[in-house]
Amino acid sequence: MELIKNHPILEYAHGEEVTFTFDGKELKGYAGEPIAMALHANGVHIYRVTPEMKRTRGFFCAIGKCSSCFMVVDGVPNVRTCVTPLTAGMKVETQKDKGRVPLEVC
Amino acid sequence: MKKVYETDLLVIGGGAAGLCAAAEAAGAGAQVTVIESDLHPGGQLVKQTHKFFGSKDEYAGTRGYKIADILLDEIKALGDKVKINCNTTVTGCYPEDGVYTVMEGEENYYRVKAKKTVIATGAQERMIPFPNNDLPGVYGAGAVQTLMNVYGVVPGKRVVMVGAGNIGLIVSYQLTQAGVEVAAVVEAMPKIGGYWVHAAKIRRLGIPILLRHTVVEAIGDKVLEGAVIQGLDDKFQLIGEPQTIDCDIICMAVGLTPTTELFWQAGCKMQYVPQLCGYVPFRDGAMRTSNPDIWVAGDASGIEEASAAMVEGRIAGHSAAKALGLKVEDKKFDEYWTRLHHLRAGEVGEKILAGINQVLVSGWEA
Repeated sequence: MELIKNHPILEYAHGEEVTFTFDGKELKGYAGEPIAMALHANGVHIYRVTPEMKRTRGFFCAIGKCSSCFMVVDGVPNVRTCVTPLTAGMKVETQKDKGRVPLEVC
Repeated sequence: MKKVYETDLLVIGGGAAGLCAAAEAAGAGAQVTVIESDLHPGGQLVKQTHKFFGSKDEYAGTRGYKIADILLDEIKALGDKVKINCNTTVTGCYPEDGVYTVMEGEENYYRVKAKKTVIATGAQERMIPFPNNDLPGVYGAGAVQTLMNVYGVVPGKRVVMVGAGNIGLIVSYQLTQAGVEVAAVVEAMPKIGGYWVHAAKIRRLGIPILLRHTVVEAIGDKVLEGAVIQGLDDKFQLIGEPQTIDCDIICMAVGLTPTTELFWQAGCKMQYVPQLCGYVPFRDGAMRTSNPDIWVAGDASGIEEASAAMVEGRIAGHSAAKALGLKVEDKKFDEYWTRLHHLRAGEVGEKILAGINQVLVSGWEA
């Protein structure tokens, strides 16, 4: 992970290091920190591809307002990864279409 | 939907203004619920590594992220009077019965019924149009601060900063503290918008501040690889040859605009005020909006500094507590307004006051 090692003012208190997957590849991040931060630290910058224009999108506002960082997380589409905490074993995928909501069979 | 959750005072937004409103109202005896969309309270304060200006009452000389700790300690000392729900977003306001719909995480929805509400939703970043401004690598200044100052992630290798207001200047300095190169700061206006002291800090580091320049295009296939910048004349028309700067981040610091959806939903009387950077609700001297159950505080009432947001939060919290029937000291309003007047002295304050005067009412008809 590309983390700031020496900062003149700040000390960072990270949570527990956990493993998660991004498009099937195993990566490491810190539990409780936003998914988007963990991806960025791992050099992942493309989070989704827009449905019509096929534009690549990534991190942008980091406050859950802009929808740029929507991804499929544990099968759920349109997850705001900048404000969703990472957990161990999470399955994170690039979102490539409008995001299909899984249908629950009653 | 599940059961309705009830509270005396709902504070929407757990930043500088919201935390002060919560502390003030709970201090007067109100039961307060704070709803915060981020994973932690503190709003923009938690990203600020610089020492604040302003006055001693508003923690001048203290670094922003430490001010957040001071406010949270004050709230902690109030025991169970204040409940802060993080990772929770208010998605709708139904003014006819005072019900708010709330989303916790991405999937858990519930309703909150509040007797009174302080809306302190803050602001969101502005964007300027240029080709490829949606490429990964074109980031908001607040987002870059979150990456490096909250989570310790290296945002990139080389940055072009767009905007030489206080945010653009401060974040440029913070980037160098995090070991990131700032290639240039571009600013469309003919002069630096932020405080001279912040500009001097980055000029001493040799970072060029290019006035009368703007970004005209982002370059890159799937992610950002460079920024094309160009000069501007007196009428903001492009002049001279475009110039390409290699960079993996274009950091947008072109201003903020108040986050006001909930005021619109609540039917609050609104007006566009250029000096306050967008539509804002009308308010009386106690920060009460035209909806008698709703108060406003902080950047949602107009873009200003965190110091002012904190005092506005105190005023709103104090007034809301009074409206709940709790015993409060009326002379505190005067004290808080005096503090605000001190903060608004000077050139920047003049502009803010000119804006506020367009939406300040002497009182609402009962």
